[in-house]
Amino acid sequence: MAKIFVLAEHRQGQIRDITYEMLTKARELSEKTGSELTALLLGKDVKEHAKMLAEYAKTVVLVDDAKLENFNSEAYKQILSTLITQHKPLLVMMGHTSYGVDLAPRLATALNLPLATDCIDLAFENGALTVTRQMFGGKVNVKAAARKAETYITTVRQATFAPQKPSPPANGQIVETASPLTEEIAEKRFIQYVSAPPGGVDITAAEKLVGIGRGIKDVANMPVADELAKTLGGVLACSRPIVDKGWLPTDRQVGTSGKTVKPKLYLALGISGAFQHVLGMKSSDLIIAVNKDPKAPIFSYADYAVVEDLFKIVPSLRNKINESKTQRTCK
Amino acid sequence: MDIIVCVKHVPETAEAELKIDSTGKAIDKTGLVFDINEWDDYALEEAVRMKEKQGGTVTAITIGAEDSDTTLRKCLARGADKAIRLTDPKFNDSDGYAIAKILHSVIKTLHFDLILTGMQAGDDGQAIVGPILAEMLKVPHATMVKKIELATGTAKVNRELEGGLEEQVEVKTPALLSVQTGINEPRYVSIMGIRKAMQKEIKLMTLADTGLTENDVGAAGSWVRIEKMYVPPVEKQAEFIKGSPDEIAARITEILKSRGLI
Repeated sequence: MAKIFVLAEHRQGQIRDITYEMLTKARELSEKTGSELTALLLGKDVKEHAKMLAEYAKTVVLVDDAKLENFNSEAYKQILSTLITQHKPLLVMMGHTSYGVDLAPRLATALNLPLATDCIDLAFENGALTVTRQMFGGKVNVKAAARKAETYITTVRQATFAPQKPSPPANGQIVETASPLTEEIAEKRFIQYVSAPPGGVDITAAEKLVGIGRGIKDVANMPVADELAKTLGGVLACSRPIVDKGWLPTDRQVGTSGKTVKPKLYLALGISGAFQHVLGMKSSDLIIAVNKDPKAPIFSYADYAVVEDLFKIVPSLRNKINESKTQRTCK
Repeated sequence: MDIIVCVKHVPETAEAELKIDSTGKAIDKTGLVFDINEWDDYALEEAVRMKEKQGGTVTAITIGAEDSDTTLRKCLARGADKAIRLTDPKFNDSDGYAIAKILHSVIKTLHFDLILTGMQAGDDGQAIVGPILAEMLKVPHATMVKKIELATGTAKVNRELEGGLEEQVEVKTPALLSVQTGINEPRYVSIMGIRKAMQKEIKLMTLADTGLTENDVGAAGSWVRIEKMYVPPVEKQAEFIKGSPDEIAARITEILKSRGLI
């Protein structure tokens, strides 16, 4: 029976959400293709994780090795190469995450197998893999076909598939496999985790956020947005480019590599809406977005959209809010 | 310290409205401004800073038509010593895998201590060229790099993980590092610098110089082939607020008031 492999992702004792998201999609694919769903778990002392994965997958292949205490793409590559060569699965799925991005391209090259990355959907048509992915920062989608192969390797975008535990649980079999690693990986070594220093502002606690992006153009324009945030009684947050430029500290960044926020109001100014940002704010109660590009992806997540230059809207909006506050005080 | 930087000339699309062209498989590039890929810009800056500190050379390599020279000139003006452009109509429609093969064919003939790439390109965003190239060259690699500390025979780097966390890893050099945006602050290039760079040579190479065949490159040599491009479906139908800035501001204020937000 053909197999579908899902590589479980875990860090610091936690299975990461992407694992369950992939297992859910993989279950659908395994039913459609008549394949057996297999979770791969590599780590040190991770038997508890294996039990959780067994609720989702028919088989859990467990490689428990002290050399796998922390993620190492080279160690993972060697082990996955062995497992893939041995089992010849139809499909291998891993997260399009800091781990998957480090591992998948090298693994696919070593095995001479085609790789499709950052997939937001996967399907088999006549035994060949077709994927959906995005280009140009999420402004367009593409359907792409992989070169025909016995095994396809893929990386899957985070938070794309809603995780769902099978009912009843899969009650999968845990198969412990001896680690093929004979020695520590010398050329690439994990040293330590580094956390960002705690900042002065906790944007996850704010009820109202004004998020700024590339559209703010220049550091000199920052006060425009900051004053609006203050008028609203909210806090300034931002997308990645603003932190990259050093205009706001890291603790103000919303998105996959920053914070996930759920304020009552998220006012997005000049943010195009790449998925990395959207993932961090799409659950906000009310989203109002201002962007010059009528097709900006952010509008697909907004409740209210304004196609206009933010510099034309913001001063006017500040005045109106102030007026409305004054009226209330006068009454 | 000899450093190779792989760069790509891409359209700036963050604030542009995109149209899909008549093939239905690509965007219409008319009117778009092209520049060095944002991630590559950081990689180049990092390379130049290392050279300034330790001496050595920086070589910038790209694959593309003549207009890509603008990006290579920018690299030269920034401080790169040499520039190579691989160009051939047969390279069209190459995905990241085919691109890595083309780059490999040249880089394997050059001396290097480090190769720097951007972790992805702003156009197709596959995020694969760096690690593939490292595997082909049999050198260690690290992706999503936010900090590099060099020592003899090793590079200690910080990799960006999710949720604000980073991990520090050590790789033996020579190595390939694919960098994340924000690793440094790329400098501006003066007009004088660009003028001076105009006199530097850009070495041109074609498919015949690579030792690869037609089947190794282009669509034939790729892992994935685009079949259809389309506008993403809308997740949530937003209400578009129209009118003059004052009218729009009044409407937003009304919405905020009705929800008790002001």
